[in-house]
Amino acid sequence: MVKLERTIKFDSDRVPGFGREVMSVPGCEQLESCIQCGTCSGVCPLSIYMDYSPRQVMELTRSDFKNEVLRSTTIWLCASCYACTVECPREIRITDIMYELKQRAIKEGVYPKRFPIPVLAKEFYKMSHTHGRVTENFLATIMFLKTNWVAAMGMWKLGLGLMRRGRFPLKLEAIRRKDELARMMETVDNLAIAQLPNATAAAKKG
Amino acid sequence: MDKSKQEVRVGFYICHCGHNIASLVDCPAVVNYVGKLPDVVLARDYKYMCSDPGQELIQQDIREHKLNRIIVASCSPLLHEHTFRTATEKGGLNPFYFHMVNIREHDSWVHTDRAEATAKAKALAHAAVDRVRHHRALETKRVPINPAVLIVGAGIAGIHAALTLANAGKKVYLVEREPTIGGHMAKFDKTFPTLDCAACILTPKMSSVGAHENITLWSYSEVAKVDGYVGNYTVTVKHKPRYIIEDLCVGCQECIKACVYKEPKFPDEFNLGLGKRKPIYIPFPQATPQVVLIDPDTCLNLKMGKCKKTCVEACADRQAIDFTQKERFEEVKVGTIIVATGFKTFDAGRKPQYGYGRYPNVYTALEVERLVNAAGPTGGEVVLRDGRRPKTIGIVHCVGSRDNRTNRWCSRVCCMYSMKLAHLIKEHTGAEVYSFYIDIRTPGKGFDEFYGRVLDEGVHFIRGRVGEVTDWAFIPEEEDKLIIRVEDTLGGVVRRIPVDMVVLSTGLEPHVDAQDVRRLFNMSCSSEGFFLERHPKLAPVNTFTDGIFIAGCCQGPKDIPDSVAQAGAAAAEAMALIDRGYIEQEPNTAFIREEDCSGCKSCIPLCPYTAISFAEDKKKAVINEALCKGCGTCVASCPSGSIVQNLFEDQEIFSEIDGVLA
Amino acid sequence: MKYSLFPGCSLRGTGRAYEESLLPVLKAVGVELEELDDWNCCGATAYMALDEVKACVMASRNLAIAEKLGHKELLAPCSACYLVLNKTKHYLQESPAVRAVVSKALSQANLSYQGDVEVKHPLDVLVNEVGIPAIKQLVKRPLKGLKVIPYYGCQIVRPYATFDDQYNPTTMDRLLEAIGATVVRWPLKTRCCGGSLTGTLPEPGLLCAYVLLKESVKRGGDVIATVCPLCQFNLDCYRDKMADKWGEETVPDPQHKGGAMPVGPHLDMPVVFFTQLMGLAFGLSETELGLHRGFERMKPLPMQAAA
Repeated sequence: MVKLERTIKFDSDRVPGFGREVMSVPGCEQLESCIQCGTCSGVCPLSIYMDYSPRQVMELTRSDFKNEVLRSTTIWLCASCYACTVECPREIRITDIMYELKQRAIKEGVYPKRFPIPVLAKEFYKMSHTHGRVTENFLATIMFLKTNWVAAMGMWKLGLGLMRRGRFPLKLEAIRRKDELARMMETVDNLAIAQLPNATAAAKKG
Repeated sequence: MDKSKQEVRVGFYICHCGHNIASLVDCPAVVNYVGKLPDVVLARDYKYMCSDPGQELIQQDIREHKLNRIIVASCSPLLHEHTFRTATEKGGLNPFYFHMVNIREHDSWVHTDRAEATAKAKALAHAAVDRVRHHRALETKRVPINPAVLIVGAGIAGIHAALTLANAGKKVYLVEREPTIGGHMAKFDKTFPTLDCAACILTPKMSSVGAHENITLWSYSEVAKVDGYVGNYTVTVKHKPRYIIEDLCVGCQECIKACVYKEPKFPDEFNLGLGKRKPIYIPFPQATPQVVLIDPDTCLNLKMGKCKKTCVEACADRQAIDFTQKERFEEVKVGTIIVATGFKTFDAGRKPQYGYGRYPNVYTALEVERLVNAAGPTGGEVVLRDGRRPKTIGIVHCVGSRDNRTNRWCSRVCCMYSMKLAHLIKEHTGAEVYSFYIDIRTPGKGFDEFYGRVLDEGVHFIRGRVGEVTDWAFIPEEEDKLIIRVEDTLGGVVRRIPVDMVVLSTGLEPHVDAQDVRRLFNMSCSSEGFFLERHPKLAPVNTFTDGIFIAGCCQGPKDIPDSVAQAGAAAAEAMALIDRGYIEQEPNTAFIREEDCSGCKSCIPLCPYTAISFAEDKKKAVINEALCKGCGTCVASCPSGSIVQNLFEDQEIFSEIDGVLA
Repeated sequence: MKYSLFPGCSLRGTGRAYEESLLPVLKAVGVELEELDDWNCCGATAYMALDEVKACVMASRNLAIAEKLGHKELLAPCSACYLVLNKTKHYLQESPAVRAVVSKALSQANLSYQGDVEVKHPLDVLVNEVGIPAIKQLVKRPLKGLKVIPYYGCQIVRPYATFDDQYNPTTMDRLLEAIGATVVRWPLKTRCCGGSLTGTLPEPGLLCAYVLLKESVKRGGDVIATVCPLCQFNLDCYRDKMADKWGEETVPDPQHKGGAMPVGPHLDMPVVFFTQLMGLAFGLSETELGLHRGFERMKPLPMQAAA
C-alpha cells in the first residue's frame, strides 16, 4: 500500500501576523519586496541539505506559515556565511531573518530533543553571561556531553591532539567586572524592545 | 489706458475635482469666505470646472455679470491654465485677467486634516483675489520656427525620424558620433520575434539616409554646444578627424588592403573586440557613409611619424587621405532638435559572480550576436575561445537588471533577445541550451508565440536567478566545464548544471556621458539616468524644453518597433511646429522702465538668452521681447528695480503675499 | 601606529597560533598594540541565534570601553568578532530602538558609546595602512616557490565589504606575493568553511570544509593561508573524520598514475594563518610562530635563504 499524505495548506494553518512580526525586527522589512527569484538558494552552500530552500522559507515566513518554518531544518543549517544577503537583488537580510527564526524556535522550544545547535547557543549564552568570555574547549565538551555521549567519546582523539599542541587550555577565561556585565544584561531583560519608540523605524538599506 | 482698472469685478470658482479636492477642502466654506472679500462679485463651487459646462459657466458669467477678473481654484496650472484662459477669452475678456490657484497638488493632495486644508485654500484664494486686481491685459507673442531639424544620433530611431522628416520636404541635419550610422541594430543578427535579418531591413534605410537630398549626414561628429530656444537654435557641431576627405573617398578599401600591417592586429570595436582590424578600417562592409577612417592610436604614421604610407599610394588617383586633418567646428541653425542617442549595455564585469573576464567562455549577449552573425568575426560559427564547438550553453537573464545593487529597472528586451539567441544558437550548433530567468516577459505582438516556439524547439527554461558561475568541479563529470549553480524554483531543487559556454543577457542603461549630453540640451533625466519625457503617459517624446524631443532608448529601454514609433512621433511633433510656422509664447516677458534704468549694464551678461542689449544713444538697456523667455533673472538682479516682468510684477507678488497672510 | 587589540575567545583557545604569530609580525612592522582592557566575548554567531539585541549589548560593551580609553581603532583578527562588532555598529546607527536599549544597558556600567570606534581586521591594516612596500622591506626569507592557497572565508568579506571586494578579494593575495610566495588562483576563496556546523551538524558542515581541502590539493597548493581561527580549526582539525567519510576520493591529475591523484587518507594539506607565513618570511622561527600547533605540519620551505 502506498502511503499518501495530504499536503494542502488551509488559511487556518497560517499564524496571522507572524510574517509581519518577523519583518518588524530592524533590518528585516525588505522581506516584503521578495520576488522569489531564488538567488539565495542558488548561492547557499547548505541549501542542498535543507528541506525548504531559503527562498521557500522566505515565502512561507511572509505568508505566515510559522509552524512549517520553525520546524524546518533550514534555519538550523544556516551557517551565517551571508552569501545570500550580499546577492539578494532586493537587499533582503536573509541571514538576519534566519537568526530571527532561530531565536523564535529556541524561545518556543521547537526543536528535537538534544539538538546540538540550540544547546550550543544556550550554553554559549550561559557561559558568556556568567564569565564574560567563552572557553572554547569547555563549551564544546559541555555541548557534546549534553547532546550526544557517543559522539563526545568519539572526540577523544581530537581533544588529545589539541591538548598536545597547546590548543586546549584548561584555564577558564573570564572578565574582571562580571557584576557589571550582569547588571547590563538584567537591564535588557527588563526592557521590551517593542515598548521603545520607533521600534520598527529602521533604515531599509543594509 | 486700461479701462478695466476703474472697477474690479472678480468671479471666483472653486472646483471639487470630484473627490480630489472636495474630500479635504470644504468648498462651500471657501466660497462663503471669498464671497465676502472686496471686489468679489460672485463666488461659486462646481464639481468639475474643466468640463464643458464648467467652462461655459465662466463665459456666461463674464457676459452676464460683467466680470473683468476670473479666478479658478483647482488643479495645477500645468494642466488647465490654458483651458481656463481660453474660456476667459471666449467669454470676451483678455485671457491674462485670469489667474489660477492650485488647491489640489499644493493643498488637498498634501494634507490629511480637513480643517488645515480648508484654511490653506482660503488663504490661497484670498491671495489670488488680492493679486488679480493688479493684472493687466497682455498679448501673446509669436515666435517663428526655423524649418530645419537637428537629429542627434543615427541609430534606428534617428534614421527613421530623419527619413520621415526629409520625405516631408524638411531639411534635416543628422549627427552621429560613430563613424557609421546604424547604431546597435547594425550589430544584431536577426530580430525577434519574426527573425528578420537586422542588416537586411536596416541597410536600405541607411542608404536612403546617405542618398537623401534633404539630409545632411555628419558622421563621426558630436554636438558641442546648443544655444537659443525653440524655433531658433544655434548648434555647434564638432567634426572628429577621420584623416580621410569624405567627399573624395568612394569606399573602395584599397587603402586597407595596402596598409603596412599585412594582417589585422587591433581589436575591432564593431565586433566588440572579438575580431581584428587594421589602423585604417571601415567599421563594417555596409557602413554608411562608405568611407574609411584611420585610428590615430594605432596608425604608425600618426603615432610615430614613421611609415611607408602605402595607403596614400593606393589612393593615388583620388588622394582622399589627409593626415593633416584636425577636428573642426561648424555652426548650424535649426528650429527643433530630436535627441535619439540610444543606450549602452550593462558592463558584465560588474557582476563578477558570473565570471565575465575571468572565465574565457563567458560571453555577453551582444558578443554572441556577433558570433552568430554570418558577417561576424567567426563567420557565423558559435565557437568557444579555443575554437571548439560548445555542446551545452547557459543563457543567464537579468544580468545587471531588476537589481537594487546595479540597475533597478527591467530592461524590457532581454527576455526576447535571450529567446532569440537561444533559437539561433540551437540552430547553429545543435547544442543543449538552458535559459535561466526570473520571469518571462513577452508583452509584444508575436512574443509569447515565439516563447512557445522556442520551448517547442527544446530549449530548457529554468526559473531561477543564477547564483554563480564557477569552474569548481564537485563531481568528476563537472571537470573542465563551467558550472551554473541555481535553484530550479519551479521544480523545487537546487541544481548544478555544467555548460561549455555562458551567455550573459545584460541589460540596457544610459550612455556613460548621458549626463553631459542632457545638459547640452537642457533636458531633465529620471533617477535612472534616462532622458525624461514631459509626461509618462501623454507626452512620451516631448521634453520639458520646448522644441526638443527625444526618441528611442535614450528615453528608456525598448525594442525596435517602439523606437521607430517614438521616432515617428518625435518627427510628427517637430513637423507640427514647422508646418504651423510659429508658436505662441506666454507674454511673461520682462521690459525695462527707461526712466528708472541707470545704464549700469549689470543685467546684460546675466541673460541666458542674450535678449538684453545696450542702446548707446540713450545709455539704457533694452530687452528684445522676441528673445526674452521670462526667466526673471534680470528682474531680480536690477539694482534700481527698473526691470519689470509681465505677470510677475512687484505689486502682484506683494499683494499675493499679503493675501496669504491675511 | 597604535591599535587596540580585541583578541576574542578563539585566540585564547584553539586559535592560539594566530595571536602568537600576529603579535611579532605587527611589532616588526611598527604597529603598537594594546590589548583592550577587560574585553568580553563578542557573542559570535551562537549568541545571535538566541537574542540579537543582547548580542549587540555584549559587543557594545567592548566598543564603549575602547571609546572610553580613547582608542579610535580596534583590531579584531577573528572574522566572527570582526563581523559582530561591525554589525553592532550598523545596528546602532540604523535602529533607534537598539540604540536606546544599548545606551540604557551601558549606562549601568557607567559606559556610553557615541560611535567613534573603527573596527579593523589585521589584513586590512597590514596591507592598506602599513603598506606593501614596508612589508617587502622586512622580508628576509622570501617564500619563493611556496604555492599558497589564499582562503578568506565568509565573514571578513560579507556582508560588510569594508576593505576589499566581496566576490574576489585580493588583499591577502597581494600580501602573499609581497612576501615572495606564489599565489594559487582558485574559485573557492570566499566559500563557507561550515562554521560551527562542523561540530553540531557534521554531515553538511564537514563537507563544506572538506571541499576546500580537496580543491586546494587539486590546484596544486602547498599550504592554505587563512584569516579566521574557526576556518583554520575546521580545515585543520577534522582530518580524521573527513578521511572516514571521503578518504577514498581522488582528484583528476594527468601526472598521476591512472590520471587521478588520491586526496590522501589524511588530507595532508597544511593550514596556517597568513601571519604565520609573514613571520616565516620575516625570518622568525617556526616555534615562535606557533607552526607546531597545526595538525599537519608545513613541509620545509622549498628554498631556505640564509637569515
